[in-house]
Formats: sequence, C-alpha cells, structure tokens
Amino acid sequence: MILRLIERTGVFLVSLVVSSVLVFAFMAVLPGDPARVALGVNASDEAVAELRRQFGLDRSLPTQYFDWLGGLLRGDLGTSYVSKAAIGPQVFDRLQVTLWLVVAGMIIALVVAAPAGTVMAARHRKISGLALSAFSQVGVAVPAFLAGILLIVVFAVRLGWLPANGWTPPAQDPAMFLKQLILPALSLGLVQGAVLTRYVRSAVLEVLREDYLRTARAKGLRPFQALWRHGLRNAAVPVVTVLGLQLATLLIGAVVVERVFVIPGLGSLLLDGVSNRDLLLVQDVVMVLVIAVLLVNFVVDLLYVALDPRLRTAS
Amino acid sequence: MNDVLTVRGLSVTVRDTALVSDVDLTVGAGERVGLIGESGSGKSLTALSILGLLPEDVRAGGSVRLDGVDHELVGADERRMSRVRGRDIAMVFQEPMTALNPTMRIGDQITESMLIHRSRTKAAARTAAADLLELVQLPTGTLRAYPHQLSGGQRQRVVLALALANDPALLICDEPTTALDVTVQALVLDLIVRGVVDRSSALLFITHDLAVVATVCERVLVMYGGRVVEAGPVNEVFTRPRHRYTEGLLAASDLESTSRRLTTIPGNVPPAGRFPSGCVFRTRCAHATALCEETPAWTGSETEGFACHHPAGVADA
Repeated sequence: MILRLIERTGVFLVSLVVSSVLVFAFMAVLPGDPARVALGVNASDEAVAELRRQFGLDRSLPTQYFDWLGGLLRGDLGTSYVSKAAIGPQVFDRLQVTLWLVVAGMIIALVVAAPAGTVMAARHRKISGLALSAFSQVGVAVPAFLAGILLIVVFAVRLGWLPANGWTPPAQDPAMFLKQLILPALSLGLVQGAVLTRYVRSAVLEVLREDYLRTARAKGLRPFQALWRHGLRNAAVPVVTVLGLQLATLLIGAVVVERVFVIPGLGSLLLDGVSNRDLLLVQDVVMVLVIAVLLVNFVVDLLYVALDPRLRTAS
Repeated sequence: MNDVLTVRGLSVTVRDTALVSDVDLTVGAGERVGLIGESGSGKSLTALSILGLLPEDVRAGGSVRLDGVDHELVGADERRMSRVRGRDIAMVFQEPMTALNPTMRIGDQITESMLIHRSRTKAAARTAAADLLELVQLPTGTLRAYPHQLSGGQRQRVVLALALANDPALLICDEPTTALDVTVQALVLDLIVRGVVDRSSALLFITHDLAVVATVCERVLVMYGGRVVEAGPVNEVFTRPRHRYTEGLLAASDLESTSRRLTTIPGNVPPAGRFPSGCVFRTRCAHATALCEETPAWTGSETEGFACHHPAGVADA
C-alpha cells in the first residue's frame, strides 16, 4: 500500500514537470514576439529591445523556463507584459471564484446523479426508470452555456427570484454570494449531473448483477438494503473515475459559464489574457488549470485505493 | 417430528415457458436430501424459488412451506421473505469467487447475518464469527482479511460459515464444490455435513455428482426436464433405479465398469422449455413407446417412487 502511494505520488510529480515543459514550449513556439505584441506595431526597435531585456526575453529558452518554474514553485507567477501588474495575486483571486463555482457545480451534479442513477438502475424495466433515463438523455445533450441562458431567462428574467449575473465574495455578503452562485452552479452542475447519472446507472446495474448482492439478500437483507450496504462502495469505483474526468470538464465548462454570468473567475481571466495577447498571463492560467486537473487525478488514484482493498496489495 | 420443508406442485415459468413443473419435495428435520440432475434440469431454480430469489422475470407457482413460518413462501413479499432468509433458510452458492463482497472484511460479512436478524449483540456476533471460522477450519485472523486474500476453497468455507451463523432449520447448497479443486472438495463436503449435523439442520444438497450425493445424503430426488422423475433412499435409488433416466445416469457414471467405452445417455438435454410433452425423457429413452406421450403418473409413496411407464427392473417380476 505504501509502495502504491509512493508510485502514485511519483507519477503525479513527473506529470507536473512534463506538463510545465509542454505549456512553456507551446507558448515559446507561438509566432510573434511578446514584447512587440505588448508595445504595438508602431513601437521603435529600441523600445522593444528594452522591454525584452526588462522581462528577460533576451535570455536563452532554458534559462527563461527555469526562471518561470522557480517562480511557480515560490508562488511568483511573474509580471504581465501588458499591464505590468503582478500576475500571482490576480490568478489567486480568480482561482478562488472558479473553485467555488466548480465545487458547487460538482456537489449539485453528485446530489442529482447518485440517487437518480441508482433509481434508474433499480427500476430499469419500469416506467419511472425509463422516464428518468429519457430526461437525463436530454440533459446530456444540453451544453452548459445554453442551460445557463435558460436558467437566467426563467429564474432571473421571468420570475425575478435570483440575480442574472454578477459575483460577490462570500466574506463580503454571504447571502448575496449564495444567490449569485446558485444559477451558474446549477447550469454547470445539472449538465454534468445528467452525464454522471448515466455512469452511476450503469455502475449500479453492473453491481446489481453481482453474486455478492444475491449472497447479501440470502442473508436476509432487503433489495435496497443489500444495494446500500454492499453495492454502493463497489459501484463507486467506476463512478470516481468519471468524476475525476468531469472535474476537468467542469474547469473548462466554468470558462464559458463565467462569461454567461459575468463572473470574474479564472476562465474570464484566461479569455481576457488571450484577447489582450498577454502571453505570460495565459501561460500561467493554463499551467494553474493543468495543475488542478493533475491534482484531481492524483486524488482519484488515492480514492481507488481507499475504496477497493484489492488495489492495496497490488504492487 | 414435523417436516422442515414442504414443497407442493412447484412450478417455475419465464414468460410462458415452463422451466420447472409440478415438483413435490419434502425435507424432514435434520434430514439430508440430495437433488441431482444434469444442468438445465431445473434443480437450481427449485432452490432459488424456495428462497424467493428468482431473477426478476422468472415466476414461481405452487406452494412452499417451512416449519415454524406461518405463511406461504411462494409469492410472499420482500419484508416477510427477508425475515426467513438467512435465519430459517440459508444458502451456499456454486461460485465462491464472486459470492463475497470484495470491499468488505470477512468478519463484517459473517457478523452481518447475525446483526440483521438481531440473533446476537455486536460483541457476541464477533465471538460467534470467530467460532464459525474455527468450525470451518480457518484461522481467526481471517476475520480481518478481504475476500481476495483467500483461495476459492477458503472463500467457500467463509460462505458456509455465514450461512450457518443463525443455525438455520434448512441449509440449501447449490453445487457448493463444483467450482473447487478436487483436493479441497472433500474437506468442504465434510464441513458441510458436520455443520448441519451439529445444528440438527436439514440439508438440501444440489449437485450433478452422484458420488457426492452418495457420501453426503440419505435420500435423493432425481430431476430431469424440470420434473422430479424418481425419489428414494440413496441406497435404493443407486442400486435399483426404476426410472430409465436414473438408470442411464448411473450407467454413465459407473466407474467400476469393465468395458473400455464410456457409457452415455444418447442425445442432449433439450434447451429450456423444449422438453417433449408427456414423459420429458421419452426423446432420449430407448424404452419409449407411444404410451410415453402421456405424462406418467407418480408410482409409489411421497418420499419414494418414480414417474415412468416402462420402469427398469420389472421384466423379471
């Protein structure tokens, strides 16, 4: 078990290093000179050279890479070529906003998917199960931004129950924070929930066919008790895999949803960076997203081991 | 003494196809009864319908009564059946590799059956689980193990331990040794017999292996095509079979035969629901005549008899 932990941690660290090289390399091979882009086409060659020197762009690529990586490790993400402001604090602020959104979305997805998927599996031959199945199929087909627009039209414009957009930090006004969180979190969570429901359904269906569930019933457990005590943990293994993949999707989905709801998250920061040609900012945000996804995968790996004792003895 | 299990006119159908028809079966208190037949003869379905654990689209009809349980088991709701399962009737299944929950410790899986029926407190259940493991000759440390750490034979002994946990009046074993190595089969059989004898539990033992029935059971029922074709004490049935199918089955498994060729029953077991009308065995029987198109009546008593128009061993009478 210890061996497996070390192995997984090693894989995590190596992926981090490799992906940092890739992110850096992608940005480095992009055509165009960041200093020229930042100053505009009319800037003099001297001014461009001065800016290149100022930001260290005149040094060799490996030097630049290690400089950037060292900064990352210290939590210093460098200075924007465009706004000349420190990138770190911005990214940190925006990351918190996006994390709230993603976590709330994931919780909604789980709260929807776990019971709905289980009922669909347990009643897969009855009308109620089929109806839920059809409903989730519709959910799978709806993109998050469309769900967002629909939610705004119904709950903000027609009913006026919730604000259509905006963001308030939780420390400033918790009630307003919650109100403004509900619609974007729902538009992320419901769509992901619909997808997750289908995986929960097939995982539970699989488990329902298992012999040990029959053993559990032969002991005197009623069907639902047997599924609860013996099925859920076994069904959780494939679901956790999908959950990990979905968290990555949610991070990307948040980019779009933040746009729809005018939320100052990491996604909006990334899009702003792209439209302002703020290369270092884009590079940093992409790296933060990559780290988040790798971290999720790492946690998923650990969860496997916690859920399935068979993996603990494997080397 | 009352009979523990009384089955009358049991039928099992899937949609309109009959898989088991008109099975009568009685198991006395502490009696060990074998149910033999080839695969597809309906013996497992008979066991599952006694326990009410048939697959979703399979229906049982007829009557199953258990001594001490004041309601009919066929068609009983889950609430009532769940009280009977694991307490009055317990079952050991064929496949030990998949019968245990892979994510739960052995100890928890054994104590669970005692805790569900509140037959013991938590502490007492843990002690009892250790005793049960000792009974099936597994070390006490097995309590903390997970199923994947055990071999097939060890797992089957765990399944036996948890089936015996509440001292059931009836233990049903469905081919419990078929999936095991020959070397551990004898041990598991021995543990089963010892387990039921110690508790004076009755045993319904399902197998296709005649030798196993001969060592474990006192009485035997032979099934073919979803019907009981012959019944009687093991000695009687195995030495003087009356039904032509039993006769063929015995000839096919005669290990002391001097002839070099293996004797077999001609033809194959028809697929479920495709058995002929009348005598279910007539399409494979060398003695069949036009008379066999009618269903043969049961000849003999409730516990000993056969259903055949041309029984073996009459020519000399």
